[in-house]
Amino acid sequence: MDVNGRDLDLIGALSAGLPLSPRPFAELGAGIGMDEAEVLTRLADLRDRGVIRRLGVIVRHHELGYRANAMVVWDVPDHAVSEVGRRLGACPEVTLCYRRPRRLPDWPYNLFTMIHGRDRAAVEAALAALARREGVAGYPHLPLFSLRRFKQCGARYGRALAAE
Amino acid sequence: MMDDTDRAIVNALQGGFPVSDHPFAEVADALGLREADLIGRIAAMRAAGVLSRFGPMYNADRFGGHNTLVAMQVPAERFDEVAAQVNSFPEVAHNYQRDHALNMWFVVAGESRAEVDRVLTEVEARTGLPVYDMPKIREFHVGLRFEA
Repeated sequence: MDVNGRDLDLIGALSAGLPLSPRPFAELGAGIGMDEAEVLTRLADLRDRGVIRRLGVIVRHHELGYRANAMVVWDVPDHAVSEVGRRLGACPEVTLCYRRPRRLPDWPYNLFTMIHGRDRAAVEAALAALARREGVAGYPHLPLFSLRRFKQCGARYGRALAAE
Repeated sequence: MMDDTDRAIVNALQGGFPVSDHPFAEVADALGLREADLIGRIAAMRAAGVLSRFGPMYNADRFGGHNTLVAMQVPAERFDEVAAQVNSFPEVAHNYQRDHALNMWFVVAGESRAEVDRVLTEVEARTGLPVYDMPKIREFHVGLRFEA
């Protein structure tokens, strides 16, 4: 994957967010010596190649009324984890789904899913429904509810981070 | 408070934003709004904290970046102090207290695995606590869209 220095300049500039003005890409480019056409070409390319997953708004789910979230972790045998991961990842209740390494003996769980809801009861109900429907209730699993949020911000990449 | 128009904007913009010379005008047209009204509402929601960002969501591994999920077991009486130490790193992108013996969970994002390793070593040195480093092995789904 070829992401060159000019792309990194752009990625760094974008990390601060898109200017809220009628020509945001022109304004963004002005800060890094890139004209609007080049910004548009590079961004479309980065998006098509999957470097940028999505351009748009990122919400604070808590402020939007999603006051509860649980990281539900599962201990699934290695031979089955890909299939179970694909299945759970496709569920509407699940906002993120990753396979991660176990850290034995303290941490036996290897599949991580996030479930958000209006409150704790809603998250528990969603988890119960999903476990039953997908036939995964038999795998050891545990919801880790969020008690406090200390920091929610986007990861910073590109030149902006390097410059800090 | 958000009204129905704000909700429609949030729902529309979580799906994507045009890469074009007048993107706000395009979105405003689709929603039946004026461009200036749309921009004003996005600015207001950002100021109110409903929107954390208006910009990109990256796939870090596509450009050599790396991130990992980290857990720590923090004694209750030290929790706030350790949270402040951990959050002081600009590479820490999220940090939650969760109801488990491993009670602090955060993401560390850097430009390379080496940079992430350096941050983890510094976190251990500064807090005196071990970290559990759990980088993703495989991604099955990243949605993170919320109906407003």
